[in-house]
Amino acid sequence: MKLPTFRGGVHPPERKELAKDVALRILPLPEKVYVFLANHAGVPAKPVVGPGERVKTGQLIAQSNGFISANLHSPLTGEVKEIGKYYHPTLSKPDDAIVIERTSEDDWELLGPETSFEKLSPGEITERIKQAGIVGLGGAMFPTSVKLSPPKDKKIDLLVINGAECEPYLTIDYRYMLERANGVVRGTLAIMKALGVQRAVIGIEDNKPQAVAKMSEAVKGTGIEVRKLITKYPQGAEKQLIFALEKRVVPSGGLPLDVGVVVDNVGTAYAVYEAVEKGRSLVERGITVTGEGVKSPANFVARIGTMAQELIAFAGGSDEETSKVIFGGPMMGMTVPKIDVPVVKGTSGITLMKDTLPEEEFPCIRCGNCTFVCPMGLQPFLLNLYGSARQYDIAVENGLMDCIECGSCSYICPARIELVKNFKLHKKIYRSLKGGAKK
Amino acid sequence: MKLTMTAAPHLRSGNSVRSIMLDVLIALTPAAIWAVVTFGIKALVLILVCTAGAEALDFFIIRFLRNKKSFRPDLSGSVTGLLLALNLSLAVEWWQALIGVFVSIAIAKAVFGGLGKNFFNPALVGRVFLLISFPVQMTSWFSPFDLQTSATPMAILKEGSSRIFSLQEMFLGTIPGSLGEISALLLLLGFGWLLLRRRVSPVIPVAYIGTVALMAAIFNGVNPAFGSPLYHILGGGLMLGALFMATDMVTSPMSIKGHLIFGVGCGVITMVIRFFGGYPEGVSFAILVMNAFVPLIDMVSKPKIFGKVKSNA
Repeated sequence: MKLPTFRGGVHPPERKELAKDVALRILPLPEKVYVFLANHAGVPAKPVVGPGERVKTGQLIAQSNGFISANLHSPLTGEVKEIGKYYHPTLSKPDDAIVIERTSEDDWELLGPETSFEKLSPGEITERIKQAGIVGLGGAMFPTSVKLSPPKDKKIDLLVINGAECEPYLTIDYRYMLERANGVVRGTLAIMKALGVQRAVIGIEDNKPQAVAKMSEAVKGTGIEVRKLITKYPQGAEKQLIFALEKRVVPSGGLPLDVGVVVDNVGTAYAVYEAVEKGRSLVERGITVTGEGVKSPANFVARIGTMAQELIAFAGGSDEETSKVIFGGPMMGMTVPKIDVPVVKGTSGITLMKDTLPEEEFPCIRCGNCTFVCPMGLQPFLLNLYGSARQYDIAVENGLMDCIECGSCSYICPARIELVKNFKLHKKIYRSLKGGAKK
Repeated sequence: MKLTMTAAPHLRSGNSVRSIMLDVLIALTPAAIWAVVTFGIKALVLILVCTAGAEALDFFIIRFLRNKKSFRPDLSGSVTGLLLALNLSLAVEWWQALIGVFVSIAIAKAVFGGLGKNFFNPALVGRVFLLISFPVQMTSWFSPFDLQTSATPMAILKEGSSRIFSLQEMFLGTIPGSLGEISALLLLLGFGWLLLRRRVSPVIPVAYIGTVALMAAIFNGVNPAFGSPLYHILGGGLMLGALFMATDMVTSPMSIKGHLIFGVGCGVITMVIRFFGGYPEGVSFAILVMNAFVPLIDMVSKPKIFGKVKSNA
């Protein structure tokens, strides 16, 4: 049978073999963590602790400060040292972080006693997820509770759990599916109950047969479906994933909920399980440390706010020839200028790459490859022409805002034009010209 | 450890404009070698003069006239030069060929803004310029090996004279014609390389050749003097044109639908010229005319944006 997929896409080298067989390792507790107030999409959280205060692991340290915002909890048991500026890996500039120094082993402050989701009402589950500060762990860091509270007129009938992990190099979702399958399933069931949906599908690329087998085993008797997908980047982009699995087309400018779907990442489902059933707020996550520049690639469970440096050290350290440190994977991740940068809730991996001098650019030869690979059906060369000529309105008419920034066009371009980099800039300029809606 | 900051994606395919051009040169090599084998040393001189001359002129213009100090040759000039050479008759002198090179590179390409900006296939512009400037040399053809003046299959069809070539002769390439057009087999072999390397989509050649075949079949059915479909496919410049000139990325549309329209258009114009025009051959003009329509074709053949209900105005 032909596996489901989407139009376009590329096949970058997967390089999952570097870390895929390395079992999850719980990183020893760091001495200090740096928890950014902007640890989620939307409005930064508002601190509720100050320097000198003692905090327990899991204790609220900053409060959700808007509709799209999220709570923050202390990843350590210790003392708040300061609220200072540190380099933020996704904002790419210094930003406010609460610095906590550890004084002892974990002394947990739980959100509630251990329970099972069956005993909670849908509203209680959503509230627990909100209290726990859970955000999309696939990288977008969108507050999960907001997705679980759709407007009244949107009828949700399907939950999609994203186990595609199409980003090259990264293997953290894979390890979670192999080693924490039951937690992922419990989390999925909890979200289903919160949403009131009868159906859930876990989509996994067919380059992870063991994960498919393991998850298929784990969902037995629950009614959750596990479906294989063609291995193709960006299979895990939510619009592409929904189309591949269900042939539903998320309208331009719309969200999955417009077609009755909520998509959550495998790691998010696990975090929901921990919050709902164990009472633990989101203070740690899985992070793959991989790439040619790291001595022994590994998959860690690490506290939010741990310095990348520490993670790299526990992965055997870095090679002298490492030229890039990427937060995330090589297709959508962002480089950082130094390795003492703290991880955030959306950091699924740290990829160290050797290689590559800046590549020679050529003029566009109209080969059309960008058009062939664009999963959104856009014409990247055309958007780039309009955007570079500051014709933002025409670029938007041609779909600039539909760009999902997957980078397939830049990957394939023989002229090596920085298409997606330009689009991000053009989108930002367009938004600010149109009156400054953020993001 | 010295860290660099780059924009995502941090992985890039190994493609480059230079590697694409190199593949096109490789794909044309069998036909070029066959030209030297059949037509002798003068063919080699023409091929070298055109290829080296075009690359050198391209380099000179970009490096010195446009003052791009970091420019390294991208081989696009060589591709134009080689294609021009393969379009020439053996009767053309090396200095005439150089004039063609100048028109191709300096006028058809550089004046429009250089690589990627030109509307018309530079090699074809050069060829047509030579055809108009030196009509005698550009339309005197020699048969292979013995180098006797001889009419090409298409001319025979037009004038209804002398011997008819067999399909086998036309397929293998023992017929009179331009340096590179005579062997359909070797051109297909080269195109196979481009397909293997995923450098081109086969849509333009298939649509082009298919249209030619269809029109030939219809006209041939009405009047056998119009020539059979295979005769039209193998007998003239169609193979070289459809496989290597119409597929030029810069001067062809950018979507599959556009490729289809473009290929069919080339086919129709080619056959109208062959059937009713003053020239026995219409491939060059057909492609050039369709080149002019590319912006329009691109406009009507935009892919559908995922999730857009109405087509964008």
